[in-house]
Amino acid sequence: MALLTRRRLLQTGMAGIIGTGIAPMMFTKGAWAQEFCNNPTGDTVTFGFNMPLTGAYADEGADQQRALTLAVEHLNGEGDGGLLPTFSSKSLTGKGVLGKKVAYVTGDDQTKADAGRDSARRMIERDGAIMICGASSSAVAIAEQALCQEMGVIYMAGLTHSNDTTGKDKKKYGFRHFFNAYQSGIALGPVLGEAYGKDRVAYHLTSDYTWGWTQEESMKNATEALGWKTITPVRTPVGAGDFSQYLTPVLNSGADVLILNHYGFDGVNSLTQAVQFGMKDKTVNGKKFEIVLPLVSDLMAKGAGEAMKGVYGTSNWDWQLKDAASAAFTKSFGAKYGQPPSQIAHTSYVQALLYADACERAGTFYPPEVIKALEGFEFDGMGNGPTLYRDTDHQCFKDVLVVQGKRAPTNQYDLLDVVATASKESVTYDPAIFGGELGPDTAAMC
Amino acid sequence: MDAILAQLLNGLDKGGAYALIALGLTLVFGTLGVVNFAHGALFMLGAFCAVAFRQLITMETVTIDPSQLSPWGAPLEIKTPLAQTWFGEFGAVMIEYSVPLSIVLAIPVMLIIGIAMERGIIKHFYKRSHAEQILVTFGLAIVAQEVIKAIFGPNPISQPMPTSLRGAADVGLWLGMGPNVLTYPWWRLLYFVFSAAIIAAVFAFLRFTTFGMVVRAGMADRETVGLLGINIGRRFTIMFGLAAVVAGLAGVMYTPLVPPNYHLGMDFLVLSFVVVVVGGMGSLPGAVAAGFLLGILQSFASMAQVKAMLPGIDQIIIYLTAVIILLVRPRGLIGRRGMMES
Repeated sequence: MALLTRRRLLQTGMAGIIGTGIAPMMFTKGAWAQEFCNNPTGDTVTFGFNMPLTGAYADEGADQQRALTLAVEHLNGEGDGGLLPTFSSKSLTGKGVLGKKVAYVTGDDQTKADAGRDSARRMIERDGAIMICGASSSAVAIAEQALCQEMGVIYMAGLTHSNDTTGKDKKKYGFRHFFNAYQSGIALGPVLGEAYGKDRVAYHLTSDYTWGWTQEESMKNATEALGWKTITPVRTPVGAGDFSQYLTPVLNSGADVLILNHYGFDGVNSLTQAVQFGMKDKTVNGKKFEIVLPLVSDLMAKGAGEAMKGVYGTSNWDWQLKDAASAAFTKSFGAKYGQPPSQIAHTSYVQALLYADACERAGTFYPPEVIKALEGFEFDGMGNGPTLYRDTDHQCFKDVLVVQGKRAPTNQYDLLDVVATASKESVTYDPAIFGGELGPDTAAMC
Repeated sequence: MDAILAQLLNGLDKGGAYALIALGLTLVFGTLGVVNFAHGALFMLGAFCAVAFRQLITMETVTIDPSQLSPWGAPLEIKTPLAQTWFGEFGAVMIEYSVPLSIVLAIPVMLIIGIAMERGIIKHFYKRSHAEQILVTFGLAIVAQEVIKAIFGPNPISQPMPTSLRGAADVGLWLGMGPNVLTYPWWRLLYFVFSAAIIAAVFAFLRFTTFGMVVRAGMADRETVGLLGINIGRRFTIMFGLAAVVAGLAGVMYTPLVPPNYHLGMDFLVLSFVVVVVGGMGSLPGAVAAGFLLGILQSFASMAQVKAMLPGIDQIIIYLTAVIILLVRPRGLIGRRGMMES
């Protein structure tokens, strides 16, 4: 009996090659699966939601939490599915992500960068969160984004409007769906010019941190391009509560427009206090005194009440938009919580779905592959029209809404009017103007 | 000139709040010798008396209007305040003036809280060191704020001021400066007048009543007053309750200016201690003078011209003043000899 025929040799050789070469490659298609932070090994995958449940932006954080909880329900096939049916990508099926049920942990960032960073670290190290989503303050978002870059965990930012988030402080692991201060300036400038004319003197009160600074700069550039003059801006501490000592000098400054670069409770307080000072009833330089709140939300409009009427600002999204996706999200959110969603609810919900969708399209949770899936991703059906996640800075580009406090609301939720829309093309800019480096996408063990 | 006057008015209105809190703090320190770190919490509890009063009278009945739909397609809920349903026009007036009316609730509530706090916990620490007093009262402050957080939530709750007191008064016209030259919000002017009235009432109570005379005597020499057969301890307990009422009323009237949240007391605590130290430990006129002085300085430090020269000065002016005054006058502006001195 021939021990080894030529045929047998070839068969054995092929089997050996397959056995030692190709087959292991098949099994190790996801070999990176063992080499990244919080690789989910069980039948669940954990998302980390970090929000301001206390502090100056707590109202926003509460709505953010509602939306993110709803997103998890929809990802797991519960409820009416929300934006899953309208989303242009059809990778999400309502069966979790990559066959794993989505679980989540929450944290309170207290509207403080250090507390937010600690909370995010806890969720990554203790709770095994594979991604972090949240924040309502740019200082918090930038701090968390930097931590996530170090730990190799993807960060889907919530409401962060500073140019720095996807500018000088951008990170490979950080992604922002929300628009930014530069885009607010581009969108709001022409509307202010038309409404208030070209000969105005603006007084800025600015939250003293990254978001306030970049918003002040963006608004200053936009209004000075119209021909307005700017009086030296005044920086105010975040969470000041009583802004009266900063508002009193406005009255005799010669300014006829007050631009409040404040958000959340700060925006509500400074606006209502400015109105208490009679600023809306004043005439200066022969013109009616006006107040502008460049970044505004439904929650702020609700908090400011009467004071918000007629005040211009910009928004990322509004529940009264008529497209199918906005209607579907409003219906889904309203049915669960008995109130319409705010812009922070919308952007946070969308971010959670975009991350899940990227994992599905990448076929893995391995962060470098998920990053590739998000970079340059073009989508629609999320309430903002056609949107691009730009690969060079991880900033989303879509239409920007100019809103105005409604003068005659028809019901308790009818607070803002969308008065203009700046197109995606008009708010697109060269990423080089804000500098910054994305950094490496190297996976890390946390 | 008008800009300076406007800042001065602002300083007086801010100083009114500082002076009221510091006055209560000094009363407690001067009578009982206790460093009360829970005093800011009493200010916050007073503010929440106003919140609770409003929530009580605006409890709503909900009716469904099937002819109107909410944005998500459900029948619209029409909410009507119970006070309005029950009392009609008078109920509407109660809601409109809920903040000033809540003073009626705040006085007994704060008096009870103050006396209970003193009898229940603080009296056990009279003979302990100041460090231990600080620890226990700080603990009390944290408990109070967590209780409020659990009941009312973490977010600030707006308290609208009456419509008739919204907007600004033309102060310039009163001073013969012409119309719209110097305007200032009505409620802030009212707050200053209210603070001045409360301060005057406390001083009058201590100066012109027998009770006040005994208390002043006890502050000067507790042992001798005791030897005369007067139960000075009971009077000091009542003074603690009175200090709680003063702080509470300051909190009630502050609510339309800044929506209160559970952290309000802590925001004022450090500031009010600085006011007391600058005024002089145990000195009631010192606390009032320092309150107004620091309010005015803080207001002027927030002007754009000042901030342009010294960025961030508005954040440190109070502490900087405290350092300078303590270097020049270690007992504070009107400090009493022997207070906090070995």
